[in-house]
Amino acid sequence: MTTTAIKKPARKTAAKPARKKAGKPFRLPEQSEWTFELIENIHQEIRRVAEGFGLETYPNQLEIITAEQMMDAYASVGMPVSYAHWSYGKQFLATEKSYKRGHMGLAYEIVINSNPCIAYLMEENSLMMQALVIAHASYGHNSFFKNNYLFRTWTDAEAIIDYMVFAKNYIADCEQRYGIEAVELLLDSCHALQNYGVDRYKRPAKLSMAEERERQEDRERYLQSQVNDLWRTVPRKAEVVQEAGPSRFPAEPQENLLYFIEKSAPLLEPWQREIVRIVRKISQYFYPQRQTQVMNEGWATFWHYTILNQLYDEGVVGNGFMMEFLQSHTNVVYQPPITSKYFNGINPYALGFAMMQDIRRICENPTDEDRQWFPDIAGSDWKKTLDFAMRNFKDESFIAQYLSPKVIRDFHFFSVLDDDKKDKLAISAIHDDAGYRYLREQLAGQYNLGNREPNIQVWSVDTHGHRSLTLRHNQYQRRPLNNQTNEVLKHVARLWGFDVILETVNPEGAVLDIIECKCEKRQRGS
Amino acid sequence: MAYLIDRRLQGKNKSAGNRERFLRRYKGQIKDAVARAIKGRSIKDIEHGEKVSIPVKDINEPNFGHAHGGVWEVVRPGNKEYQKGDQIQRPKSGSGSGKGKAGNSEETSEDDFAFELTREEFMNYFFEDLELPNLVKTQLKSITEFKQQRAGYTVSGTPSNIHVLRSLRGALGRRIAVGSKSRKRLKEAEEELEVLMRTAFEDDHRILALRKEIHHLRTRLHAIPFLDPIDLRYSNRIKVPKPSSQAVMFCVMDVSGSMDQAKKDAAKRFFILLYLFLERAYEKIEVVFIRHHTQATEVTEDEFFNSRESGGTVVSSALYLLDKVIQERYASSDWNVYVAQASDGDNWDNDSVTCRELLINKIMPMVQYYAYVEITDGEPQNLWHEYTQIPDACPHFAMQKIESPADIYPVFRELFKKQPK
Repeated sequence: MTTTAIKKPARKTAAKPARKKAGKPFRLPEQSEWTFELIENIHQEIRRVAEGFGLETYPNQLEIITAEQMMDAYASVGMPVSYAHWSYGKQFLATEKSYKRGHMGLAYEIVINSNPCIAYLMEENSLMMQALVIAHASYGHNSFFKNNYLFRTWTDAEAIIDYMVFAKNYIADCEQRYGIEAVELLLDSCHALQNYGVDRYKRPAKLSMAEERERQEDRERYLQSQVNDLWRTVPRKAEVVQEAGPSRFPAEPQENLLYFIEKSAPLLEPWQREIVRIVRKISQYFYPQRQTQVMNEGWATFWHYTILNQLYDEGVVGNGFMMEFLQSHTNVVYQPPITSKYFNGINPYALGFAMMQDIRRICENPTDEDRQWFPDIAGSDWKKTLDFAMRNFKDESFIAQYLSPKVIRDFHFFSVLDDDKKDKLAISAIHDDAGYRYLREQLAGQYNLGNREPNIQVWSVDTHGHRSLTLRHNQYQRRPLNNQTNEVLKHVARLWGFDVILETVNPEGAVLDIIECKCEKRQRGS
Repeated sequence: MAYLIDRRLQGKNKSAGNRERFLRRYKGQIKDAVARAIKGRSIKDIEHGEKVSIPVKDINEPNFGHAHGGVWEVVRPGNKEYQKGDQIQRPKSGSGSGKGKAGNSEETSEDDFAFELTREEFMNYFFEDLELPNLVKTQLKSITEFKQQRAGYTVSGTPSNIHVLRSLRGALGRRIAVGSKSRKRLKEAEEELEVLMRTAFEDDHRILALRKEIHHLRTRLHAIPFLDPIDLRYSNRIKVPKPSSQAVMFCVMDVSGSMDQAKKDAAKRFFILLYLFLERAYEKIEVVFIRHHTQATEVTEDEFFNSRESGGTVVSSALYLLDKVIQERYASSDWNVYVAQASDGDNWDNDSVTCRELLINKIMPMVQYYAYVEITDGEPQNLWHEYTQIPDACPHFAMQKIESPADIYPVFRELFKKQPK
């Protein structure tokens, strides 16, 4: 599931009358209004071309929706079904406001990583935009979802919609039983940790929807018994407990905070554990997307560009269509330089598209430099090479593997070193022979979520004393935590039920800083 | 393979529930914003949505993240001039890497989170402050006149309402319909008879039979009633509410020193309620503001609520002015005149008697309804004692006391409850 902010160009007003179909081959009339028939027709053509290029996809489902519906979809991270929470309302209000004021074009497409793959077409779009969205979402993103290894490992396109329905119903049911407020507070806390609710390395066990529901009750009972077992070691009254040395808990640091809480938080009720689990599952579902933004958008952009150009070469779409298309496409892949007031970081569409195009170029027209840098792929079959790249990488490794000197030059990449112990910033590399490899490594590292987010893990639990939970922040490059840390710790404490301590340690393991968060008295109503 | 589905007609407003949850969660802030909005708005303008903003820090959803500090090395596009090893002044913001986000640092902007309440939402908050769970609509009955209006015809009614033309037209239709078979046969039989008469003898059995049949048919046709009860149609008349065309609402307020901002605010809410109430009954409402201390003046709404004048109090000055304005501008029978007077009740002793007499003798005969609210948490004052004598003479005079904002709505209801006829 991904949203794409393709900017819409101004609508053409004067549409030429539709031309007569010339014989057999389909020719899209030069008009900007779409009709169901024309969408069907152009979709057939896009599919034909996409299949010709060997794109493998889930079946497609195209849904025409209104701008309001697009805002609704936007507000719940693109999910067609989602549980109720105030934060989605906040999102909706924010979207609505900027949309009404005209500050923002809506995303023109939302595509859902499900089987069938659902893509939304907004009714306001011109015929050209509908074709662009179909090529981009239904063939680009769709084939990425189906084949990239992260999505194959972590997401189950068959089950997601069912799971969302289950989550929505389960949470609504909890609201009925335990009150909206209690559920809302719990969800707030889970959301604060949702980026820390993913398994980075472990492989998931896939469960179908039916099994999920079946096992849920068993799970409740089982989990609760495990937790009780864990806390049996808590001293009772005057009973003397042996100071057994090695009973450290957990035995290893845990990176998945929500998983740890779900399994081990002493006081959570079974339904609360289930909700923690739901947030964790959904977070895990989005995790591949957070790691493949450049690739996913680059891939989809590459394919809408390639497919529509082919349709133009074949005469299926005409000059007017192509002009309008190129205008949109150019906007999408524009990278403002750092000096521009529109600069807002690296545009993943621009970088991804440039790299995909570049791989094709290296295959088809390699230069000496390419042969030296990419001996394996220079001159190879571009379709196979690109397909391999799409399947087996995430942003970090994709950039480390494929970013070429040419793309670095085209983007005029340079790296800036900001060390707070120095007075000035230093330019550490630029787009020259000496800098290519360095920049490539740096840029790849920039897409490593492990570097982007603070590394915080469960370190230990005081099972013999106050039951406090200690988290460890392994500091990266001396970077401090942001000023929301205390707030997040309160949420951790709410879930854990006892005090929470956050230790910041340097790479040598020395503790630099300790933040303690006392658990507020739990209100265990209901 | 591919499905193209038109979803446009389904499932709009999926986010309504979440939107409502958001509003409920930030109710406190939103209520404050609504209260501010009421102060800044004119009475007539109350039924619009409202922009509300909440400080971002209040609605932030916290996450772990990095702040600036330590070492950041970031790849940027668009180098024009730099060479490796160049040293650059740190930008003033202190963010090492220019503007834009560095990594995922979470320094959110300090702008408020702003959004718009719909009209309904705004009204809900407005009335909620009056401790009113649901809007007035069902409760407040407007004093509307009804007029009779024709609405087609019915099959039942009183004889005086029989519509002759409709009834006869129906009867004619029925007679044609019921008699058509016989009439057709009659015509045929007569033609057959005529033919036979030329060829056969008078006592031919066929002629006799035809004559008999013809007689039978004629009798039958005669037997069809000229007017049957089922033909009757009555004019249908229904009662429709007749909005009286126009009304004028006088807001009379004491602005002497003792009327502080809180009291004015309570008065304003009361006037707004009155306005909303009248709006349901009249197409056009004018609002006249009269304020007084020792002297009365007609003022704009802005001056009315925001003046800082003070001094003694002579309530009758306002009543004289009221009388004058009604006489001059709203005397014709086209106008429905309503007066709402708000005061803390403190009046110059001898003046209260004058007020009572003025009301009974001059003003009450000209107005539809006169509501007096005394906004005070103390004992009733002399004006109150004088006014209590008015309802006996004039049943369309009502008075109530408001001690706190929570009283406004109940008092309003008490004043405007449907009067038994």
